[in-house]
Amino acid sequence: MTAKTDTRENEPDLGAAGSQLSTAPKEELSLPSLGPIGWARWFWRQLTSMRVALILLFLLSLGAVPGSLIPQTSINPVKVDEFKKQHDILGPLYDKLGMFHVYSSVWFSAIYLLLFISLIGCIIPRTWQFVGQLRSRPPGAPRRLTRLPAYATWRTTAEPEQVLEAARRTLKKRRFRTHVVGSAVASEKGYLREAGNLLFHIALIVMLVAFAVGQLWKSEGGKLIAEGDGFSNSLTQFDDFKSGSFFDTDDLAPFGFQLDKFVATYERSGPQTGTPRVFRADVTYFSGADGKEHKTSIKVNEPLDIGGDRVYLLSHGYAPEVTVKDGTGKVVYEGAVPFLPQDQKNFTSSGVVKVPGAKTKDGKKNQLGFQGFFVPTFGGKGSGSMFSVFPALDNPRLTLTAYHGDLGVDSGLPQNVYQLETKNLKQYKKDGAPFAQMMEQGQTMKLPNGDGSIRFDGVKQWASFTISHQPGNELALGGAVAALLGLAASLFIQRRRVWVRAEPGPDGVTVVEIAGLGRSESPKLPEELADLAYALQPDAPQAVDEDGEKPASTSPAPDSEDSAEPSDSAGNADPSEGARA
Amino acid sequence: MNLAAAANENLANTSNTLIYSAMAIYTLAFLAHMAEWVFGSRSKVGRTAAALTGEKAAAPAVTVRSTAQAGGTAVLDRPKVVTRSAAGSRDVPDGVGAHGGTEKGDLYGRIAVSLTTLAWLIHVGGVVTRALSVERAPWGNMYEFSTTFAAVAVAVYLVLLMTKKNVRWLGLPLVTTVLLDLGLAVSVLYTASDQLVPALHSYWLWIHVSCAIISGAVLYMGAVATLLYLFRDRYEAKLADPAGKQPGAFAKSVLERLPAAATLDKFAYRINATVFPLWTFTIIAGAIWAEAAWGRYWGWDPKEVWSFITWVAYACYLHARATAGWKGRKAAYLALIAFACYLFNYYGVNIFVTGLHSYAGV
Ligand code: HEM
Repeated sequence: MTAKTDTRENEPDLGAAGSQLSTAPKEELSLPSLGPIGWARWFWRQLTSMRVALILLFLLSLGAVPGSLIPQTSINPVKVDEFKKQHDILGPLYDKLGMFHVYSSVWFSAIYLLLFISLIGCIIPRTWQFVGQLRSRPPGAPRRLTRLPAYATWRTTAEPEQVLEAARRTLKKRRFRTHVVGSAVASEKGYLREAGNLLFHIALIVMLVAFAVGQLWKSEGGKLIAEGDGFSNSLTQFDDFKSGSFFDTDDLAPFGFQLDKFVATYERSGPQTGTPRVFRADVTYFSGADGKEHKTSIKVNEPLDIGGDRVYLLSHGYAPEVTVKDGTGKVVYEGAVPFLPQDQKNFTSSGVVKVPGAKTKDGKKNQLGFQGFFVPTFGGKGSGSMFSVFPALDNPRLTLTAYHGDLGVDSGLPQNVYQLETKNLKQYKKDGAPFAQMMEQGQTMKLPNGDGSIRFDGVKQWASFTISHQPGNELALGGAVAALLGLAASLFIQRRRVWVRAEPGPDGVTVVEIAGLGRSESPKLPEELADLAYALQPDAPQAVDEDGEKPASTSPAPDSEDSAEPSDSAGNADPSEGARA
Repeated sequence: MNLAAAANENLANTSNTLIYSAMAIYTLAFLAHMAEWVFGSRSKVGRTAAALTGEKAAAPAVTVRSTAQAGGTAVLDRPKVVTRSAAGSRDVPDGVGAHGGTEKGDLYGRIAVSLTTLAWLIHVGGVVTRALSVERAPWGNMYEFSTTFAAVAVAVYLVLLMTKKNVRWLGLPLVTTVLLDLGLAVSVLYTASDQLVPALHSYWLWIHVSCAIISGAVLYMGAVATLLYLFRDRYEAKLADPAGKQPGAFAKSVLERLPAAATLDKFAYRINATVFPLWTFTIIAGAIWAEAAWGRYWGWDPKEVWSFITWVAYACYLHARATAGWKGRKAAYLALIAFACYLFNYYGVNIFVTGLHSYAGV
């Protein structure tokens, strides 16, 4: 872990030694010189400054908030309509502000576009600067090494040249970039930090581009299929379909599939009774022109990949199979009708059957509509309607009420297939109350007046699928991985410089000084410096004093205020003790 | 009911018992920490305060010695490395700790840490038996999420203690919030052990959710340190200006025992910076999972939005640390906002906002 808090760039007495330890832009607050070019330059500088980037970042997170609290058209249009109905004042206001589609609104786009312009304007000069830093050499040692955040010194019997050579070798071995300037070795390490930071910011742009590509060229459609039915990938086949601005429906890949069987199993005992264990759609699919068929199964987290598109299993339910005869005794409807679950746990479901082609026994047009409930496992009647107690098909019942008249399907207007338009329909009554019947499998409900009958033949399952085409996924993933790697390098690698100076002292004995400077304060730096000093000992052994004793260490160079007691200030000396950086 | 199911129900009951026992012991640890603070304040109050304001505290240099590879045969003297803090920092030494330098306080502190360790072991037992009872990762609903979250937070704390980091000052706030969190979990959020809906059957559950929990627990440490930093910073600022208003006796007694503001600030930064990549990975893993489960990696679902907001808020904080004029208190406020976003994502979104994620059950 590195700690890089206080940037040292601006410390006055370090001279060039602390320069260019990073490529972060400098703050400029001065007002521009007059003239449009001056202003434009000023504006650009401001936009690409850290401060403005910070403000834009903050606005971005603030701007994302309303979208999670106010219903969004793209996620739930029904809720948006409800909201508008309930709020007379807020509704239109929100509409104007784009609050129902925050993430594609003008103002939200403005924030992130400005941020990304700022980002590009920031990355390009930083990259140049970084390339320059890679080409140049670490700056020479500052005059007074004692001023640096980590410092050590000792006297040695070795010659200065010998010490410098050893220092250069040792630093090189530790993968520092080194060179000798005058009587000192200058070295630097940790360039990967800057590279990582640049990589991270570039990866952010890549991710934005990938996201934009995905949004503009995507397509997504939903399809509900009962067992035995099929789907082929063309616009008319979808129940609902939406696509990005640049998507062309001719681009729909040629493929299709049939739902052979839907398998759902549920826990039958214990505290988790009724919890689903397996959902699986067994399908037969074909892809491309040759149309060769394959069998496979689709599960909730395991979509089917066909030619760049993906088919996801979304939900499932029951579709009672019915046969409807009209007054003339003719079969006017036969098939499975998907019912939508009202209760996701036990699948009490509701649905309608529409029979536009029915006649009375006199041959007059008499469209029939049935509305009702289906339960897979009958558990009794609660307050009026029946309910299910288990999601599997143990004891299915179908309860219907019936209508006749005009279904409204001839007008050509699209209708919800799960709802009955009862405006021009009359409900069949019996003794004044609505006529209704609960059926077990195989039972028949006879309509009054000899208007026909409906028979509950059996039950199929249905499954609904999302068929989606989304380009740019790989690019987004690549960007995300690069961002992560860059971020880790940027945060965990410390960029630092080390100088080793060896000069003859006044008494002719060589004095070795070694000092380090990080981009920011880190407890690692002194440790690294101590290790280096230790590694230099064989080549620069400590000088023995007159009386034959090695000095434990020379005190830091007598540099007025710096010689303040270094050793025992206030008991927080151990770097491994605590986060004292 | 078959045998396996009965065994599972037994395990679930064991788990509940363990969680309650852990809470009882955490309560004892809480009391011990309180004792540490109370007895610690009885004496030595003047001492560190004097050190704070005295001449000596202004000494900019601290000596550190690298301890690596010490010992061995040839005893070479290692030159001392002298360090200097950045110009302009206050250079106030850390407080002595909650025990206030008293032996009695220290003893209670040690007892508190031992009790916390014991409670944590039982707590982990509770989480594991819960996982066994449902035969899956114990992160299917908010009850399980909360209990695991607290266990990880305490684990992080204990690991920091074990690696000899100076974090005992975290003890009292941590144990207090762990108790609150567990209390909330067993009373309001409790959900009988339950199977996962098939949508949650994915190895990405393990990856994504475990990372989210670890990130949150660590970010929580950062938030506590940041909050304490704000108090301690104000306290130091007041001391540094003897002409101005001085801190009250209670504030003084508490705050002087905390680490220095600079230390707290750095601790918080390092904690936040270290888990930020993990939080980033959490979101990426979530996106990959969403892609597999729902057909799009990003759909502005409320949970996704708030993860994004949290992420951007932390990015904001990290940026602030590198921006002139935004370090210190301003950056600290950003860090607190960012953590508030994390919390809202966890409690607020689950309870107040419905989205695709809400099927996990409150
Ligand atoms: C899309 C929006 C952005 C995000 C999410 C973002 C995120 C981050 C993060 C998380 C860091 C911390 C990593 C580190 O400290 O090395 C960082 C650092 C940095 N960012 Fe950004 N950034 C964004 C835009 C920008 C822009 C527009 C600029 C230029 C003005 C910029 C300049 C920098 C610099 C210079 C650093 C390094 C700071 C240092 O040296 O410590 N970033 N960014």
